[in-house]
Amino acid sequence: MISAVSIEGLGVARGDRPLITGFNLALEAGEAVALAGRNGAGKTSLLRAIAGLIRPSGGRVVFRSGDAEIPPEDAIARDAHLIGHQDGLKLSRSAWDEVLFQVLWSGGTAASARSACARLGLTNLLGLQVRKLSAGQRRRLALARLAASPRSLWLLDEPLAPLDRDQRAVVGELMAEHLAGGGLILAAAHDPLPVTARPVEIGG
Amino acid sequence: MSGLALIFRRELALSWAGGGGPFLALGFYIAMASLLPLALGADPARMASVAPGFAWLVLALASLLSLERMFERDFEDGALDLIALGPAPLEMTALAKGLAQWIAIAAPLALLAPLIVTALGAPMRLAPIVVICGLVGGLSFCFLGGVGAALSLGSRRGGVLIALIVLPLFTPPVIFGAGAIEAFGVGLDWRTPLLLLSAYSLAAVALCPFAMAAAARNAIS
Repeated sequence: MISAVSIEGLGVARGDRPLITGFNLALEAGEAVALAGRNGAGKTSLLRAIAGLIRPSGGRVVFRSGDAEIPPEDAIARDAHLIGHQDGLKLSRSAWDEVLFQVLWSGGTAASARSACARLGLTNLLGLQVRKLSAGQRRRLALARLAASPRSLWLLDEPLAPLDRDQRAVVGELMAEHLAGGGLILAAAHDPLPVTARPVEIGG
Repeated sequence: MSGLALIFRRELALSWAGGGGPFLALGFYIAMASLLPLALGADPARMASVAPGFAWLVLALASLLSLERMFERDFEDGALDLIALGPAPLEMTALAKGLAQWIAIAAPLALLAPLIVTALGAPMRLAPIVVICGLVGGLSFCFLGGVGAALSLGSRRGGVLIALIVLPLFTPPVIFGAGAIEAFGVGLDWRTPLLLLSAYSLAAVALCPFAMAAAARNAIS
């Protein structure tokens, strides 16, 4: 279980263009960090680099469990959620099929998927095809795996953008519970997060 | 449920259901086969002599049709990111995708192939070897095709690009498969070309998942 993440001198480049250089951040259990920065500053690329999807141009990301260092691949594969701009849902499949796959794939169970959906007010929508759902409903389906499969590190990229006020409050409760349980949240967001978060500005 | 079983079930469901599943490839196969007599003229002897080779070639082409969906859908809707962060490595996912493609597309094509060959006038006794070659060679077509599909991720008109990448790699299985069917028909040694076809397919199954995973990683980075 990840209890601390430290980002040491991380650099991210897209093509030949360096986006971020020498980025440092330490994140402890129970802590949330809100990444801010203008459009194109590299918030998404930073989150994807931490998740191991982009090879950093410099520096490294260290995941620790207690005092022991965990290899990044293991830490990410077992203990991190990444919610990106896209929800990863197949339009032609039913909402339940898709959410069930996402939850099982990230280590949850069918029962936990069902209760997470109930929590996010999705129960009545589960029989519908994903294409019939609104953007906010699709995002809630993707967020269901946060609640349904326990993983310590949440990497969130504009998680609340399509959500209405009530749903933001629900997600805020999920985040607060996650932090209280020793979780870590690193979120890129233009709007304030619904939990107390340390602001970090990236890009000049 | 293990990661491999989970992703395999999903891939199978997607290949069967999404966008027509095997029926697109089967329909293409039947349509091409019914054009052959129109192009060659109605001389039964001539048709019978080209039927096996033609049927084998068109089977290879038909298995190209749904390759684009193998990775492109997951790439476009972001599911590939989620899959990359899951419990099984991308190589495993690529293997599952290849096998699902084989069951959903190549196996139905292999089962249809003897009907096509016979309908075009070749002797019925070729049916078993045609099915075997279709099933064995289908592994090559699916796994090599998967490499093309992963390499073309993110490009416009990916389907055409896949065909250009993959068709040269189809040369050995097309030669070995047609050779085995031909040899079987005239009573020569058909085991050697079939074994060569099997060896090529097994090598494709063993190696292509690594290439697919590397190409997919490159595409999402």
